[in-house]
Amino acid sequence: MSLGPDEVRRIAWLARVAIREEDIPDYARNLSRILDLVGQMNAADTEGVEPLAHPLELPQRMRPDEVTESDQRERFQAIAPLVERGLYLVPKVIE
Amino acid sequence: MMEWEAVIGLEIHAQLATRSKIFSGASTAYGAEPNTQACAIDLGLPGVLPVLNEGAVRMAVKFGLAIGAEVARRSVFARKNYFYPDLPKGYQISQYELPVVRGGRVTIQLDDGGEKEIGVTRAHLEEDAGKSLHEDFHGMTGIDLNRAGTPLLEIVSEPDLRSPQEAVAYAKKIHTLVRYLEICDGNMQEGSFRVDANVSVRPAGSHAFGTRTEIKNLNSFRFLERALAHEIERQIEVLEAGGAVVQETRLYDPDRNETRPMRTKEEANDYRYFPDPDLLPLVLEESYIEAVRAELPELPDARRARFVADYGLPAYDAGVLTASRELADYYEAVVAAVGGEPKLCANWVMVELGGALNRAGVEITASPVGPEALAGLLRRILDGTISGRAAKEVFEAMWAGEGDADAIIEARGLRQISDAGAIEKLIDEVLAAHPQQLAQYRAGKDKLFGFFVGQVMKASGGKANPKQVNELLRRKLDAGG
Repeated sequence: MSLGPDEVRRIAWLARVAIREEDIPDYARNLSRILDLVGQMNAADTEGVEPLAHPLELPQRMRPDEVTESDQRERFQAIAPLVERGLYLVPKVIE
Repeated sequence: MMEWEAVIGLEIHAQLATRSKIFSGASTAYGAEPNTQACAIDLGLPGVLPVLNEGAVRMAVKFGLAIGAEVARRSVFARKNYFYPDLPKGYQISQYELPVVRGGRVTIQLDDGGEKEIGVTRAHLEEDAGKSLHEDFHGMTGIDLNRAGTPLLEIVSEPDLRSPQEAVAYAKKIHTLVRYLEICDGNMQEGSFRVDANVSVRPAGSHAFGTRTEIKNLNSFRFLERALAHEIERQIEVLEAGGAVVQETRLYDPDRNETRPMRTKEEANDYRYFPDPDLLPLVLEESYIEAVRAELPELPDARRARFVADYGLPAYDAGVLTASRELADYYEAVVAAVGGEPKLCANWVMVELGGALNRAGVEITASPVGPEALAGLLRRILDGTISGRAAKEVFEAMWAGEGDADAIIEARGLRQISDAGAIEKLIDEVLAAHPQQLAQYRAGKDKLFGFFVGQVMKASGGKANPKQVNELLRRKLDAGG
């Protein structure tokens, strides 16, 4: 499987990763090799094999429904670029 | 003119009523100062790991059992990837291929008295996102992450609904159910119970699905009904004009009663789901599921049927009284305190109490007149101390906090006259004062009977026992005396 430059740009956009135009051929080649590996795995006969959701053969542990966290807003917001009235401020998003 | 049929499916997000979040120990209490209930896990800070809340799992299992669904012995959490500022991790933890609740049914009651089964495709656990505030922050957006990580149960119906009315009946049914189960407070204004609708139309009799649109922003049952009615009409108009419905998400605007397309993001959604490596599969033992089953309360359908069978109530009354667990509890407390007379109790709870609660905008749990107090009033109607009309006055006074029924009856002199001698005396006076009407009655003008009853009641200041007035008057007139 071979990815073209447009597909690389789209993947980068989905991941919100900025890439340099001159690096696109390299990304295309490397990503294509990953897809080739997936293609190889896809070719294996998996009839009757339970899909693996996690490599550890353990069930999820649960915690009791109790409030254990206290308010640490000041500490968290000390590292935020912009805050106002307790809110984190971000560039305007339109919906 | 072609006949069209609507096909509707609902996605309901019910916020689960846990104390803490689904993957962190931060509080889920509503209305806190912004970001005071958003911990490192909710903020998606590096190095944190989610730990699953057993309370949220238990609530999802309860729901699954209540709708006769399969509760998965093994389910898997997945990451739904998208970028939005109120989703700090860049993904929402949800369930995708293997949800915890699979398949199930609820029965809805239709307006014509019939019933219909609606399929529930699945219900899965996921975390809520934070809130974006687009008010004035110097052209920026404010983010409050208190809601981030609040547990949600997303309940997805089959496309079995055929009209806005059916969709509302189904949504109300789920709403009633989650409140009976005490897994969601159902508060639509606060966003605890959110409904999105998928709707398409097709020629009646066709089995293929038309192109659907998704409507969001439906925060009341009334808006759900109106938005669907409008959207169905819009799609039919598009198709009849030879156009095609565009698959898109539309927002309902209640002020204009219309739906309009949401400004679409540049790219179509591509969520790239994959199993969350931070969470192991959720495995539920048979014993756990059975323990949850044992905790289930009497469910609304069963309770409604019991109200019909045990109390002899009409199906309509039983439906109204079991619409919420609190109302049904209240009603049963009144019947128990009165010691019977279920229909009288039903009428008072639905009409007088229900009306007063509505007017005041008060929930039944905050009613100023409790079930014992209401029963005290009903007992005075039953033993003939007061008339039904006086009882309404007493109820209003009780509502206003003037005391219990007996105190109000005494204070206002509402005790009705049940002394036969006193009533007969009133009757004699009335008959003597209206010789002309009496003669007409005797000549066969039967309907004047009502006139005499009215006059006697008036002479008693409304306090005579109307049943006795009827009896005594009848006897006196028919006796010819």
